Amino acid sequence: MSKISLIIEREYLTRVRKKSFIIMSILGPILFAAMMVIPAWLASLEDDETKIIAVIDETGLYSEQISDTPLLKFEFLNNQNEQEVRQNFSESGYYAFLVISDNLLEKPDAISLYSDSQITMDVKDHVRRSLIQYLKESKLTSYDISGLDKIIDDLENIDLKISTVKIGDDGTEKQSSAELTMIISMAFAFISYMFIFIYGAQVMRGVMEEKTSRIVEVIVSSVKPFQLMMGKIIGLALVALTQILLWVVLTMLIVTGVKSVFFNDSPLPDASRPQTELLQNLENSDQVTTPTSKELQFNNIMEMIKSLEPGKTLLLFLFYFFGGYLLYSALFAAIGGAIDHESDQQQFMLPITIPIIIALYVAMMTFRNPGSEIAFWFSIIPLTSPIVMMARVPFEVPLWELLLSMFLLVAGFIFTTWLAGKIYRTGILMYGKKVDYKEIWKWIRYSD
Amino acid sequence: MAFLEARGIVKRFVNHLALDKVDIAIPQNSIYGLLGPNGAGKTTLIRIINRITGPDEGTLLVNGHELKSSDIRDFGYLPEERGLYKKMKVGEQAIYLARLKGLSRKDAMKRLKYWFEKFEIQAWWDKKVEELSKGMAQKVQFIVTVLHEPSLLIFDEPFSGFDPVNAALLKNEILKLKERGATIIFSTHNMASVEELCDHITLINNGKSMLEGPTEEVRRKFSQHLVKIDFSGNAQAVKKILNEQFSLHRLEAIDNHYTAEVKTGEDQSLNHVLQSIMPKCHIHSCQELLPSMNDIFIQVVNQKDLSTQNQKS
Repeated sequence: MSKISLIIEREYLTRVRKKSFIIMSILGPILFAAMMVIPAWLASLEDDETKIIAVIDETGLYSEQISDTPLLKFEFLNNQNEQEVRQNFSESGYYAFLVISDNLLEKPDAISLYSDSQITMDVKDHVRRSLIQYLKESKLTSYDISGLDKIIDDLENIDLKISTVKIGDDGTEKQSSAELTMIISMAFAFISYMFIFIYGAQVMRGVMEEKTSRIVEVIVSSVKPFQLMMGKIIGLALVALTQILLWVVLTMLIVTGVKSVFFNDSPLPDASRPQTELLQNLENSDQVTTPTSKELQFNNIMEMIKSLEPGKTLLLFLFYFFGGYLLYSALFAAIGGAIDHESDQQQFMLPITIPIIIALYVAMMTFRNPGSEIAFWFSIIPLTSPIVMMARVPFEVPLWELLLSMFLLVAGFIFTTWLAGKIYRTGILMYGKKVDYKEIWKWIRYSD
Repeated sequence: MAFLEARGIVKRFVNHLALDKVDIAIPQNSIYGLLGPNGAGKTTLIRIINRITGPDEGTLLVNGHELKSSDIRDFGYLPEERGLYKKMKVGEQAIYLARLKGLSRKDAMKRLKYWFEKFEIQAWWDKKVEELSKGMAQKVQFIVTVLHEPSLLIFDEPFSGFDPVNAALLKNEILKLKERGATIIFSTHNMASVEELCDHITLINNGKSMLEGPTEEVRRKFSQHLVKIDFSGNAQAVKKILNEQFSLHRLEAIDNHYTAEVKTGEDQSLNHVLQSIMPKCHIHSCQELLPSMNDIFIQVVNQKDLSTQNQKS
């Protein structure tokens, strides 16, 4: 057993000390942190800029009907005509000017926005919304119905707030968010997919390196081929785990570091801002403006994350992640042992990549309908369960399905490592032979 | 008693018989030559001895008991297909391989220091293997093979890739290892080195052991009964005698100095030849001519080929 630990030690240390590993470990968190921080930073940049827009209302019907916002100011110029404004536009300091040339109820296209730069959507939308509101009101007024103002007020006050609540087995109610669950489910599925592929391929390349550099014969005179294969697989699993851990820790460090330097005044962790906005949308409460209600939102998110049982989910993630990794990397090791040249790998890679890719597709459908028959079957079959089941877990999976799937996954990787061990054992010492499936079938049938 | 004994080893691959009831007995503290053409089954036999693969039939005995996996720790194997991790540093790699053989890190360091100084390659310790030349890498590999002081060493083509100077250095080291009590299996095509080094040989062809025994005995067995005599004197008379009583193969003359190669009969020896020509000439030197291992190798392998052809026709 101490020999296996020696092999694991070598695999781990040589890989962790590689430049590519160090670069990936640093670059990854910077990228993740940038993905969280930059949108917040950009948003904060926009806040500073106030746009002033001149309005030339030739009809005189719409004066002061477009309200100002903190970022948009409207100046109604009664004494100037379009020509003057247009000529002096560059010196005027206006962001844009709006020309209304006729009654908009009769001619909806008698309104134009001019600017020397591209006019942003929010300006156009604001103008449109304000005027449509006014036009609707004036149209209603023109019907001359008594008590109209009150009716309109009453209509305005009609609102709906739908909260999604999940009822636990014990009857307790938990706040839940379908969208958040969806995102987490996709993240799990995708991380599993990515690491199985990247590290599985690394196992294969490692085996090929030993085979083509011919060191394998020296090593198998000291250790059993199966020990060598398992040592490599476990060593690489630890490398993967280190990488994930480094990414999580470094990303958190960078985000908090950047936040404390640039966003001191922010009442909220900036990283959660996009999620807050997302939640605002999904809870139909788009009127949130004050910091207090933002904090409320933030607490809501934490509440929802708790409702997903992070401890249990994380344990399941680790289980499925390693189960899937072990299952596939054994197969990758077998391929690496069987082939001589990089160019031969294509035909053997295909049967392995197909189930992984199918699993990712099913996982993407899963978050729309986690209880569907297809999601059920693919989360039970060991080849696809590591990815599909992780996509289902945030939506609560019946215990028996979970246990069945876990049991089959364990059985699955015991089977693939056994199978791979047989192929590997013969393959690594076989040089210069064109290998096909028929040949591999013979190796599997060798007794010893 | 034989240090390592293989009895009736059979190994079948799907389409051919790699080893067909091979018996070998390797005496303690000897250098044992494992000869044979390419594809004869030498590497398969070596892998079976190393327990890299198992035989289909037959047994292997070490010091009289059946070969166990714990015995392998006491073996050192230098495969024909050499290889080291290219991206790993020389020193680090040597320590890793030594630890796989059961040495502690401290012991490995101490012994490596000794060998690196001996081969004057201390400067390579922190180099990556890919920076070394082929010969340099082979030296490192040799050190790694002998580092744990195994009692059985298996060298598969140890001299390939070495220049004459380093080959001599290596030969010297192999002989020293034997002096220290190691038993050595030596697989090669280089017949000159077999004559120089090996005490015993086995010749394997097509998975069968064709020839076995101490090197001298084998050569004597294949003797063509040739003797070589240097003489001066009455060449005509000597020539006549040699032609009549024996069979003269060759007679060369440099001035008044002659060299004759003579084939004697089965029951005759060098003595007979000397006795008959001594009165007629002055003898400077004489020698029994034994066939080279190279000749024996070619003869045995071709015989076998011939007999298989006969079987087919």
